[in-house]
Amino acid sequence: MPLLDTVVGSLDVHASLTALTSLTADASSTADPAGLLPARQQMALSLGWHIILACFGVAFPTIILAMHWRGVYREDADAMRLARRWSKVSAVLFAIGAVSGTVLSFEMGLLWPGLMGTFGDVLGLPFAFEGLAFFLEAIFIGLYLYGWDRMKPKVHLLMLVPMAITGVVGTFCVLAVNAWMNEPTGFDIVDGEVTNIQPWAAFFNDRVWLQFGHMWVATFMVAGFCIAAVYAVGMLKGRRDRHHRLGFIVPFVFASVAAISQPVVGHFLGAELAEIQPSKLAAMELATTSESPSPMTLGGYVNSDGEKVGAIEIPYLGSIIAMESLSEPVPSLDEFAEEDLPPVNLTHWSFQIMIGLGMLLMGLALIFWFARWRKWDLLDADRATSRWFLRIMAFSGIAAIAAMETGWITTEVGRQPWIVYGVMRTPEAAGDNSGLWWLYWITVVVYTLMTIGAIVVLRSMAKRWRRGDESLPSPYGPELETGSATDAAQEPAR
Amino acid sequence: MSLEVVVAAALFAGVLFYAVLGGADFGSGFYDLTAGGSRSGARIRRQVDHSIGPVWEANHVWLIYVLVVWWTAFPSAYEPVMRTLIVPLFLAVGGIVLRGSAFAFRKYAESLALARFFGVVFAVSSVITPFFLGAVAGAIASGRVPAEGRGDLWASWLNPTSVIGGLVAIGTCAFLAGVFLVADATRGPDADLAASLRRRVLAVGIGTGAIVLAGLIPLHDDAPTLWYGLTHRALPLVIASAVLGAATLVLLWVRRPGIARFTAVGAVAAVVSGWGMGQYPWFLVDEITITDAAGATATLEALLVAVGLAAALVGPSLGYLLHTAQKWSAEDAH
Ligand code: HDD
Ligand code: HEM
Ligand code: HEM
Repeated sequence: MPLLDTVVGSLDVHASLTALTSLTADASSTADPAGLLPARQQMALSLGWHIILACFGVAFPTIILAMHWRGVYREDADAMRLARRWSKVSAVLFAIGAVSGTVLSFEMGLLWPGLMGTFGDVLGLPFAFEGLAFFLEAIFIGLYLYGWDRMKPKVHLLMLVPMAITGVVGTFCVLAVNAWMNEPTGFDIVDGEVTNIQPWAAFFNDRVWLQFGHMWVATFMVAGFCIAAVYAVGMLKGRRDRHHRLGFIVPFVFASVAAISQPVVGHFLGAELAEIQPSKLAAMELATTSESPSPMTLGGYVNSDGEKVGAIEIPYLGSIIAMESLSEPVPSLDEFAEEDLPPVNLTHWSFQIMIGLGMLLMGLALIFWFARWRKWDLLDADRATSRWFLRIMAFSGIAAIAAMETGWITTEVGRQPWIVYGVMRTPEAAGDNSGLWWLYWITVVVYTLMTIGAIVVLRSMAKRWRRGDESLPSPYGPELETGSATDAAQEPAR
Repeated sequence: MSLEVVVAAALFAGVLFYAVLGGADFGSGFYDLTAGGSRSGARIRRQVDHSIGPVWEANHVWLIYVLVVWWTAFPSAYEPVMRTLIVPLFLAVGGIVLRGSAFAFRKYAESLALARFFGVVFAVSSVITPFFLGAVAGAIASGRVPAEGRGDLWASWLNPTSVIGGLVAIGTCAFLAGVFLVADATRGPDADLAASLRRRVLAVGIGTGAIVLAGLIPLHDDAPTLWYGLTHRALPLVIASAVLGAATLVLLWVRRPGIARFTAVGAVAAVVSGWGMGQYPWFLVDEITITDAAGATATLEALLVAVGLAAALVGPSLGYLLHTAQKWSAEDAH
């Protein structure tokens, strides 16, 4: 089950992610408050976990809508069955998405009291609208999940529309907060006091539009490739029916559009960085010294003497891509004081991994549609080339998740040492609490168990579906109700 | 009323809704936990599943509403609470995570053993979590959260007022949930189930009433500001909660659970508003008033736009959800 492997895979990503962040933060930890390091680790773990579920929360309703629509309006039984199954999967994913999101809203305050105390009334507004969006989302989740066989099919289908919209609005709102942290606006600082607060300006800051666009597209890559991967594996295992083809192609269409547009959006996102966060760009590009024109640096790292080692350099490309110029140099690390630089190697590597995986996934989408145009069936698992395609597809979900995670690491680690870029350093926001380590380890355990629980439950659902148990009776309900072919009838509501 | 107080009222309305709607969800864990063995308890557990299934995610968002309005509108009262009360808050959020995920997992668990495991996690965390939230309220109400620096990590929430707050929270959640479950079960085909739930709820109601009344006594010394408020400004609410609570018990006794739902909600709402009214105008008792805690005026105004939108959009949708869920439940019972 690649979807499940994907979840496992993300855990690994996280293990290495936390290992990396702990390495990078060591250097500066002497005078830092005791709560800083555990708070960073905790933030990375819980955000990195939530964001995977969030992707499903944003994109899955739209993908189910497409499938369910087909089922209702074209009277396609395969599509109907897929939509119904997906809605059960989404019930599990949405539940853990919602609880892990709640953890985050606590953590913003628990871990970063200095941030919320000082800037709460600047950055709070988007959070309030986010809460509003999630409210509506949760309401319509309840209606959709329990509405099967109880609402008129055409009305029931429409419950997905507000879910799809509110997921997008919610994403915009949280990204407004993150974009504000990257390019703070909407307030003045006079004598160390935050004054002249303009909450709407902070909400609709200049950076949010592109950041949101990039993240929104990413959600469709993550959800689309993960779901398509499940059916790719099924086809590899010899299940070649229409059910599997349909289950593959619908999410794959979404994933393809997303994968092909993502590099374009990403390029525009990066193009602004030279202006607003030059130190981040320098770290991403591993530009140790100013060069005109700047090369593009592939791989490599900066050693303890500040020298670039082991990199492949492609002349001109750095200036062309990052600065959209043939000669203008990329900002370089030596222009900044040591204490103003982010962890360079981590930023550089995560950026490059994101790009590499992004190009790979775009290539995968292009190959499929090209082949289809030439009438080669890449889903015919009897052919060797198709099998290769499906094998690669089986990993596409993990790859999309990894691209999204590394993208976030680039953004978040590259923003260091600032929590609010140029205004507040991360140590100033942390609490003085060494006990946070305890909380961190408890969180690790709970999240690990939650991951395992989700895997076990989703796996068992798939197993029972393959066996033909469409209705998945709850083990608590000894079949009192009779004659109900679907489990919806066994789940009366309040 | 000043702008600050209007926003504080909007925030407190969120607390009230969370106490009532979220509380009923949490409280159902109590009956799940005490339902008995997996065969004999199956009916109660299924009733719990049916009752909260469609609504728990929505009910739970009230908490998020409260948090975001709080830190946006009253940042300087938010930071101290987060610094001092990190332990109970973290335990509460842990409980929320465990119960939400275990509830979803149990529904689709394959084997009875697995369902039983997730069921225990769900039920235990549902019962315990309100304690920590109540303890946080008790800490604020007894003036144990200093505006500057940090209060004691443990004594701030392990003290008479907080413990009472926690126990009252557990009791009121269980009581509310119980009344709703009895009302649901009474409309269903299973008379035994309704009868056995009714007995439990009567016991829980008497116990909770005793805790609330007995709990008032230590407040005199432990939380004098709150005590003064409760015995003066908020006295009508205190009396109302006692009357409504007693009325609920009577209505259950005479088998009118449908009406008892309204008095039960009224009783819980009166207890919670009594606390709010009792500590007004303090945000953090004896430390920061509502007016002093408020953030920028522009933000408060913008926040009211969000709250207004929420009332316009969430109000009808939530009403539709609760109404539809009730309708489904009635249809399924026949
Ligand atoms: C499936 C996911 C995915 C894929 C394939 C890509 N990205 Fe990305 N990228 C993200 C997912 C992502 C992200 C996780 O969504 C980030 C983190 C913050 C954000 O807004 O988007 C991000 C951040 C991010 C940033 C940093 C912005 C900042 O720090 O402010 C840049 C410059 C790019 N991306 C550029 C690209 C380019 C040129 C890509 C071309 C292949 C690319 N991304 C593929
Ligand atoms: C839009 C939502 C997000 C917001 C508002 C947000 C906010 C924050 C905050 C407040 C911190 C702590 C302060 C700091 O270290 O600078 C932080 C750190 C961090 N976040 Fe995010 N974040 C978001 C999304 C993500 C996602 C999705 C990831 C996924 C991996 C992520 C990864 C990290 C990491 C790795 C750190 C630690 C950085 C370090 O200390 O080196 N963030 N984030
Ligand atoms: C880029 C980052 C993020 C995205 C795209 C995102 C998106 C989402 C989505 C779509 C949901 C609905 C969950 C579901 O039903 O599956 C959700 C839930 C939630 N998120 Fe996030 N989120 C992000 C980061 C954050 C951050 C930084 C916070 C808080 C500080 C947060 C707080 C919440 C909360 C409280 C919920 C639960 C709402 C509920 O109960 O339904 N999220 N998020």
